[in-house]
Amino acid sequence: MTLDVRKGESLVVIGGSGTGKSVMLKCILGLLRPDGGSIMVDGQEVTNLREKDRDRLLQRFGMLFQGSALFDSLNVWENVAFGLIQGRRMPRRQARDIAIEKLAQVGLAASAGDLYPAELSGGMQKRVALARAIATSPEIIFFDEPTTGLDPIMADVINDLIVACVKKLGTTTLSITHDMASARKIADRIAMLHKGKMIWVGSAKDIDHSGNPYVDQFIHGRAQGPITMELRA
Amino acid sequence: MIDLLGTIGRVVILFLIHVGKLAKFTVAAVSHIVRPPFYPRLIAQAMIEIGYFSLPVVGLTAIFSGMVVALQSYTGFARFSAEGAVATVVVLTITRELGPVLAGLMVAGRIGASMAAEIGTMRVTEQIDALTTLSTNPFKYLIAPRLLAGLLMLPLLVLVADIIGVFGGYIVGIYRLGFNPANYLSRTWEYLETNDVVSGLTKAAVFGFIIALMGCYHGYNSKGGAQGVGQATTNAVVSAAIMILVFNYVITTLFFGIK
Repeated sequence: MTLDVRKGESLVVIGGSGTGKSVMLKCILGLLRPDGGSIMVDGQEVTNLREKDRDRLLQRFGMLFQGSALFDSLNVWENVAFGLIQGRRMPRRQARDIAIEKLAQVGLAASAGDLYPAELSGGMQKRVALARAIATSPEIIFFDEPTTGLDPIMADVINDLIVACVKKLGTTTLSITHDMASARKIADRIAMLHKGKMIWVGSAKDIDHSGNPYVDQFIHGRAQGPITMELRA
Repeated sequence: MIDLLGTIGRVVILFLIHVGKLAKFTVAAVSHIVRPPFYPRLIAQAMIEIGYFSLPVVGLTAIFSGMVVALQSYTGFARFSAEGAVATVVVLTITRELGPVLAGLMVAGRIGASMAAEIGTMRVTEQIDALTTLSTNPFKYLIAPRLLAGLLMLPLLVLVADIIGVFGGYIVGIYRLGFNPANYLSRTWEYLETNDVVSGLTKAAVFGFIIALMGCYHGYNSKGGAQGVGQATTNAVVSAAIMILVFNYVITTLFFGIK
């Protein structure tokens, strides 16, 4: 597959389960080592970076994980401030102030900062995870299924927050989702991944008349079409 | 016949793969113990968890072991009129063997299991990936502090266990078997050599490292959901216990091997 993400744009990759969307993000971040191919960030090859260079590269990235992946041994503000305290060596007091500010941006009161992740609902955990992803003001943010597991209203709240917190700052974002409402809301461009190949890339407003039967089937959620689920009786 | 050979080959290769992975893991973890940045808060946390909160379990194990050794050696040695050796036997068995081995096994159950479960859960909920994306090395943040704490705290725990164990033997010796207290104490000190205690504490340090290493290794490599974490916990405890028994023999040979 080949995919280009332009600076400052919001690209959303859609595709069914198991088509390799998450693997793609993890390869870019270096959490998984690709079998082959090339990944470039700002024209620099990143597939075989040494530890130090990778650390420097990762400082420019933020990521929102599918299951939020909050550290359950730390409270909410420590979670949000983690990248500042550990990654940037910022004093705790200053990091705490920034964390409270980021929590306010995602609509959480300062008092929520002293709670632990286990005490929060799924929607609130997602908001905290979003605050953590934007806390270090990264240039590039990845969203892994930002709305999965949320009710439609909370999903829309999260989408609005993503648009508000990210797009207005000119951050480059790469998201993966199978939630079309979410994709339409946050995407500038949409790409569709199917069986490890990019089968369609185009602007978000063209998605309804892509002329591609795979894309049509996906966005309308039909069981019948060229994409067949491998089911066995 | 070919099937049998194939199975043997597969098992051997699988074993070697695991040994190689573990060796690589150990080298990486140790190299992060000695390189900055360090996390003093996390090291202190792990030390308190291993050292302080294991005291009740290890203390109870030690006192009953000391008591039972006194009782057993008295009744056994009475057969050849060597009851006088009870104090010496108690202090030697406790410092050389029972102190480090029993404390090691108890701590493997307590700490090895909790480390594997905690790190395993962090793995399956992507918290370890999240650490990496927040520019924090999981080896440094999660594993190095635990290994260091295990290495440093087990000897201290075993020192306490030695004292409590000898005290257990003393109680049984005085109140049950009717020894003279002053006599019992002088007998305890008379034949005790520095090497007895040092070998026990060396064992403790090695066991502490093994327990933390197994807990971290199995947790870090756990796969799947709750079942994978459960499997990792079991593997951590079983492999730590077996390695403790093997290394116990090896270290004993190094200290007291008869040439």
